[in-house]
Amino acid sequence: MGKLSLIIKREYLAKVRNKSFVVMTFLSPILMVGMLVLVVYLTKINDNEIRTIGVLNESHYFSTDFQGTENTSFVKLKDIGLEAAKDSIQKMGFYGLLYIPNEQDLEQVASRSFFYSKEAPGSFILDNLGNVFKDRLRMQRLQELGVSVSDFESVDNDYEIKTASFSGEQNLKGITEIKAFIGGAFGYLIMMFIIIYGGFVMRSVIEEKTTRIIEVIISSVKPFQLMLGKIIGTSLAGVTQFAIWIISVLLMVGVLILVFDIDPASLNTGASNAPGMIGGAAYVAASDSAMQLYANELFKIPWVMLVCFFMVYFVLGYLIYSSIYAAIGAAVDNETDTQQFIFPIILPLMLAIYVGFFSVFNNPHGPIAVGFSLFPLTSPIVMLMRLPGGIGEGGVPIWEIVVSILLLMVTFVGIVWLAAKIYRVGILMYGKKPSYRDLFKWLKY
Amino acid sequence: MNNILVANEVSKQFGSHIALNKVSLEIPKNSIYGLLGPNGAGKTTLIRIINQIIYPDQGTIFFDGKPLQAQHISMIGYLPEERGLYKSMKVGEQALYLAQLKGLSKYDAKNRLKYWFDRLEIGDWWDKKIQELSKGMAQKIQFIVTVLHEPKLLIFDEPFSGFDPINANLIKDEIIQLRDKGTTIIFSTHRMESVEELCEYIALVHKSQKILDGKLSDIKKAYKNNIYKVGLGVQSANGLLEDLKDKFEILSSEYVDNGLQLNFTVQLPSEDTGPFLSHLSGKANVNNFMETIPSANDIFIRTVQSK
Repeated sequence: MGKLSLIIKREYLAKVRNKSFVVMTFLSPILMVGMLVLVVYLTKINDNEIRTIGVLNESHYFSTDFQGTENTSFVKLKDIGLEAAKDSIQKMGFYGLLYIPNEQDLEQVASRSFFYSKEAPGSFILDNLGNVFKDRLRMQRLQELGVSVSDFESVDNDYEIKTASFSGEQNLKGITEIKAFIGGAFGYLIMMFIIIYGGFVMRSVIEEKTTRIIEVIISSVKPFQLMLGKIIGTSLAGVTQFAIWIISVLLMVGVLILVFDIDPASLNTGASNAPGMIGGAAYVAASDSAMQLYANELFKIPWVMLVCFFMVYFVLGYLIYSSIYAAIGAAVDNETDTQQFIFPIILPLMLAIYVGFFSVFNNPHGPIAVGFSLFPLTSPIVMLMRLPGGIGEGGVPIWEIVVSILLLMVTFVGIVWLAAKIYRVGILMYGKKPSYRDLFKWLKY
Repeated sequence: MNNILVANEVSKQFGSHIALNKVSLEIPKNSIYGLLGPNGAGKTTLIRIINQIIYPDQGTIFFDGKPLQAQHISMIGYLPEERGLYKSMKVGEQALYLAQLKGLSKYDAKNRLKYWFDRLEIGDWWDKKIQELSKGMAQKIQFIVTVLHEPKLLIFDEPFSGFDPINANLIKDEIIQLRDKGTTIIFSTHRMESVEELCEYIALVHKSQKILDGKLSDIKKAYKNNIYKVGLGVQSANGLLEDLKDKFEILSSEYVDNGLQLNFTVQLPSEDTGPFLSHLSGKANVNNFMETIPSANDIFIRTVQSK
């Protein structure tokens, strides 16, 4: 067995057998699912609150307009003054009071109406109330103009410009964002992995320094072998963790499907066989076909290619960053001294994520997005956000991918070379907190 | 080829600091070679160069007649001064790992470890974690791991630190036995009494330079300065001392045993003791006459301070 594989094996086992690794692997999905359930549950509780609103309507309008919904109910008040109404609303603990005065015409009624409440009302409530007034006003104006409601509805249909690439492929509204979001998820995954497992590499190097085993080991193997073995072994532990998570997610989805008896096929076809209801069904069918289009579009995302590029960018990005982490670990004696060196590493990662989410979402092929997807310290994240849009025409030009991977490789070789130099000197230095200047000097040893 | 290791004008510089300045050494096969020097003299740098942890700027090292190469790593065993083990790893597993890194197969490593663990009576530690062991216990493991692959050259840097006297003796005996089996041992320490006890050859490094090397007995001979301790039986204080002080350089003197014995140290002008002894003959009984041989400690201090 080669020495490198021995080191990889030891690093892997040391990581995987660690109690905190086991706990993190099995606890964090539970925590994540738990959080999700909690958030959904809390939102539901929030929405479930039924608000009662008193309506003091002195006008001739709106007599039938305020109908209760799931979470709002209206109580009509009659023959009572405004102040008295306010009092009684407060006493009864209602959410608020809608006051509609008696005026000459609808316009004035609408402009003089008020909603009183103890606390500033939520936008959801206000929208609901406002819409009632808006609808009324619109109807009246239409009547004045002599336009029937159905005519108006035929005029007022949403329009959106359709887009297509030159080769004639149609784009769907929002699909760019969805794709960028999928890419963003990949990019985010890479960032988290680099920060967490880079940190593991760093701590493992520090451990070897503090336990003083380092000199024993590097009298048997080259420091570079040890560094590489450590980086690879640790990343394999990370891959194991991801594999466990993915498998458990798949299992959970499977269990959910079984428990709730959801037929995946019915999700797509359910609405289309309801020909009786013209209006409603048409709408549902329309949205269904849109869903179908989105689904098609998502299926059209070259997943295999995406996963392949994910692997390439992931491996290169991780190797670059974790060798920097290893060099930092070698330079210091304990973890508290690492802060000043870690910040500059986190910076490009954070930048990549922010640039990705702001710039790539708006314009996946704009100059900023292109620039950051070529720059080697950010390209693993930013390029992955752009890639779901496809490669070649309408997507990322092939030359950009080639250049970014080439740059990444060159940087990888350069950084690993530099990191190995710092590592080689640093692991034998004790008791001194090095400055950036010292690190620079070490490069020349 | 009688030298296992030859260093030829080896120099190493760290930044502006010169760690080694044209150091040449010849380490004979099958000997215990003391590498001595004050702190920061460059011993560790030299040892690291021999272990190929760092590389010299200038000069060459020959191992068994051939320029030092990566393959020689498996023929060298190194116990560094700064040594430790993985805390959370089990003893056996860890020893196996380190042995395999030195190129032993898993099978060989296991068998040899069994042998050594039994020999040092630590067989029941196999499944213990290092953090459960005391410092001395961990040192034993480190010693075993260093010698396990039966290297031709062993380098011990302060091997006895952390050992109680009993275990230190145990390790000392093991080192001597390894020498007897044909291993060459480079021994770096500040404990001069163990140098005296173990080393056949020494080299003294000071301020990045080798200032002295050779067979310890030869060095001692070279450093002896014709000082003799003399004890004379005398009848009474009869002016003998005054007479001697006239003719020879008496460094110190005292009467003991109620004035019946005169002890003194004398510096003779040459190695020839004849004139001095014949001067004494007939005047007093020579109860004892002994040359003072400088200790390794004396040599160390004298050489380092004179530079």
